[in-house]
Parts: sequence; structure tokens; C-alpha cells
Amino acid sequence: MSSPKAYKDTGFAFVAWAWIFSLVVAPLIYIVVISFMSRGQYGGIQGPLTLDNYSKMFSSGMGPTLASSLLRSLALAFLSTLLCTLVGFPLALFLVFKAGRWRNVLFFLLIIPFWTNFLIRTYEWVVILSDNGWLNHMLELLGLGPSALHWLFTSQAVLIGMFYNYLPYMAMSLYVSVEKLDTKLLEAAADLGAGPMKRFFKVVLPLSIPGLVAGSIMVFIPSLGEFVIPDILGGGTSLFVGNLLAQQFLTVRNWPFGSALSVALIILIGICLFVFEKVTKGKTEDILA
Amino acid sequence: MKHLQRLGVTLIYLFLFLPMGVLVTLSFNAAPRGVAWKGFTTLWYSKLWDDQAILEALSHSLEIAGQATVLSGFIGLCAGITLARGSRLSKRGLNQLATLPIVLPEIVQGLSLLCFFVFLAVPLGKFSVVIAHTAFGSAYVATLVRARFLAMDPLLEEAAADLGAGQFKILAKITLPQLWPAMVSGMLMVFTLSFDDFSVAFFTAGVGATTLPLKIYSMLKFGVSPEVNALSALILFASLILVTLAFWNQTTKENRLRGLS
Repeated sequence: MSSPKAYKDTGFAFVAWAWIFSLVVAPLIYIVVISFMSRGQYGGIQGPLTLDNYSKMFSSGMGPTLASSLLRSLALAFLSTLLCTLVGFPLALFLVFKAGRWRNVLFFLLIIPFWTNFLIRTYEWVVILSDNGWLNHMLELLGLGPSALHWLFTSQAVLIGMFYNYLPYMAMSLYVSVEKLDTKLLEAAADLGAGPMKRFFKVVLPLSIPGLVAGSIMVFIPSLGEFVIPDILGGGTSLFVGNLLAQQFLTVRNWPFGSALSVALIILIGICLFVFEKVTKGKTEDILA
Repeated sequence: MKHLQRLGVTLIYLFLFLPMGVLVTLSFNAAPRGVAWKGFTTLWYSKLWDDQAILEALSHSLEIAGQATVLSGFIGLCAGITLARGSRLSKRGLNQLATLPIVLPEIVQGLSLLCFFVFLAVPLGKFSVVIAHTAFGSAYVATLVRARFLAMDPLLEEAAADLGAGQFKILAKITLPQLWPAMVSGMLMVFTLSFDDFSVAFFTAGVGATTLPLKIYSMLKFGVSPEVNALSALILFASLILVTLAFWNQTTKENRLRGLS
């Protein structure tokens, strides 16, 4: 009877812990350590331990830049999560309830974009959005005049890029949740006189919260640390936290300050996850009660 | 209402496939720069075979993705087994920590590994990228293996034990065959993620380890060359064929299973 527990913490656990410790935990601990050190003469790291990197975040030189990039990243992460939800939810509902025999094919089509390199996928938006790009050509054909939109290298372009790249994650995550939904509940709600809106808000939405949470985390957290999409579509004009981080590590070569920024980012993510959990926990308890 | 819904969904899919359309169109466009259509050509596809830098980057990417996939498969399997059947401490601790590589933004993983590699004097090259990709790849395999374990019937293993099979025989004859689908999908995922990864490789790759995404990134500022569009189109076509085959294979299998029951 003891067989499922037969291999209790043997070599498997050793390999697992070795991986988690050496490749995940130790590197994170290490950047926390160097965030308390200072930059050496040639870009290296030197002691003694100091809080300078953290106080620098609030200094008059760095503070405003950091604050604005943090706000910009948070705003964009929030907006892209919102957009992905607003488009992804109806899409997931359509796939589950309306697509019929096209359901599997349409679900598969959500994955196909991932098979093109992420950079290329994002770069093609430069081609579409640039002043003499595809979108402006279309608008010109519609009689809106040449170069009607100047979206490339603005925050709108970054938002489009993020929405484009993260929409499939949200849609798939919601799909998985909606698919598990017992359709009898919807029938019961309809029998009791609930209209489509009421059915959605009282039955579908509460039961899809796990998928919504998973999807939101999959969109929000990577958006928060995103540095490639702003680099390509934002044209480097507006700095996001991710760009600031990459800059500290690769251009300025101030690893201790860069590490302090990463620690701040990790703490921010922790806070966001905590808030997510609190908000949704309250919701699920409401439903069960 | 019905037509409106269909129109909406069609628009979403058009949006998702628009960049793919641009890519394929540009790969056949005679103009070497810019987006204006200058006539049909297959020149870029033939030129691709002479572009040593791109082909080398492609081979680096394939090599790194292959090695990271094998390593992640092994570590992920061990971690998945521990997550499902380990001691209480291992289960709890790993369960929390194993999601970190999935949850943390790539940039944080990339630069923390960069610092750590420099600290340990690990030379930055192909090897460091393989290790960095294994760091997050293992988490994906582990999660899928664990999920598969939870769906498995523990009675099968108990029955094998009752019939006198030892620990390793149970593992080899009962457990692993059932875990196989999770391993395959997990490893496919790692290969895709590794092959497509830019952010982590950006920080952890050194000289001589230019992967395809890194190569493409270096071109972005001056405009992507049509050869890269041609290569991306080829990769897209190849994966479309593979996905269709896998899809077809799965549906015929499901139909066969349905026929049996």
C-alpha cells in the first residue's frame, strides 16, 4: 500500500533541490547581496556593504526618472491586462459556446503566432504602424489623407505590441476555465429568467475567476518587466523599468544599482501578486458562501 | 448578433495573423528595404543559403534549444516526481519555488543569472545559455509532470507493488509510461521557449553564442534583412506543417479511442 510514497526523497528530490537552489534561488540571493555593494572602478563590484543604491532611487537625479518609468510600466501593464481581458473573454466564450466544430482549430490558431520569432512578430508592427506603413496606407485608401496616424515610437505602439503578444495567453487561460464550466448551470439560470448579461455576470464570470487570475498574472507580470517591446516599438524614447534595468547592466555597467532596481521590481511584483490574491480570494469566498 | 460575433472573432484572428501576413509578403517582396511592393521574387530564399551569419545563428539556436530541452526534461521529471511524491518538506518548498522561473519576468532571471555566472567565473557562451534556459525550462516540465501525476490512478502503482514489483520496476513499467505525454509536451514547450528566447540569452550569451533571436535583434535597428523574413517564413511554414500533423495525429487517435470504448 505504500507504493506511491515508495520513492520518498531519493535522488529525484536531490536533483530537484539542486536545480532550484543553484539556478533559481542562489542567483536571486546573489543579486540581493550585490544590491548592497558598490560599483568598482572598472564596472566591477566592491564592498563594503552600503545602502547607497537604495537611497539613490530616491535621489533628485534618479528619483524622477525611476518614478516615471515605474508609473509608465505599471500603467501599461495594467492597460494591456485590461485590453487582453476585454478581448480575450468574449473570444474564449465564443470558442467554447459558439465555435462548434471549429473550436479545436480556432484554439490551435491561437498558438501559431508563437511559432514565429517574438522579435520578428513585434518588428512587423513597425512595418504596420510606421508613418508610411500598412495601416497608414489603408487609411489613405479610405480617404483619410497621408500618414494619418503617428503611432510608431509612442506608448500606443508599445501597448499594441504588448496586447498583441499577450492576448493568446489570456484567451487560452480563460478558455481552459470556461471550458470546465457546467452548462447545466447556465440552463438553470436561463430557466429561472436570467438574461444573457445576468448569466454572464452571475454565473460565467464568478466561475472563470481562476482562469482570469492565471491569465492576468501571465499578462501583467511579464508586461511589467518588458524591455524588448518598448525598445522596438517605443523607439527608446520612453523609458520603462525594464529598459532602465537593462541599461544599468549593459550600458552603464553599474551592477549594484541595477541589482537594487531588480530587487525593487521583484518586491513590486510580490506586492502585485499579493493584491491579486487578496482581491480574488474575497471573490471566490463570496461565491462559495 | 450571430454575424456580429463572427465578425468580431474574425477581426481578432486577422489582428493576430496580420504580422505573419506582413512577414510572408515581405519575404517575397523584391524591394530589399522598405514596405512598398516592388514585385514578386524568391531571391531572398535562395540568398538565405549563402548567408553564413544567419545560418550559424540558426545552428547555435538549434543546438542550445536541443541541449536545454534534454537537460530540462531530466531535471523537470525529477522535480515533477518530487513535487508529487516527495516528502512533505520537498513538496511544499519546491511547490512554492518551482513557480518562480515561470512567474518572474525574463529580465530578472536573465540578469540574476548573468551576475551569478560572472561570480562563479562561468564563461559566457553557449553553455551558459543552455544552463539559463534549463533554469526556466525545468519548471515548465516539472509543472506538467506534476499535473499528470495528479491525474494518474495511484491504484496502478499500488497493484504493481502488491504483485511484487520493486521501486524501480514500478517507475519504469508503470509510472514513466504514464508520464510520457507530459514529458513530450513539456519538452516541446522548452524547445520552443528556448528557440524563441531573446531576453534571457541577451544577458547570458557571450561571444560565439549568437542565437537567432540575438542575431535578429542586432539587425532591428537598421531594418530586418529580407533573408530573415524568408527564414522566419520558412520556420512558420515548417511549424504549421508540424502542428497540423500533430493535430491530425491526435484527432485520429482520439477517434480510434472513441471507437474502442
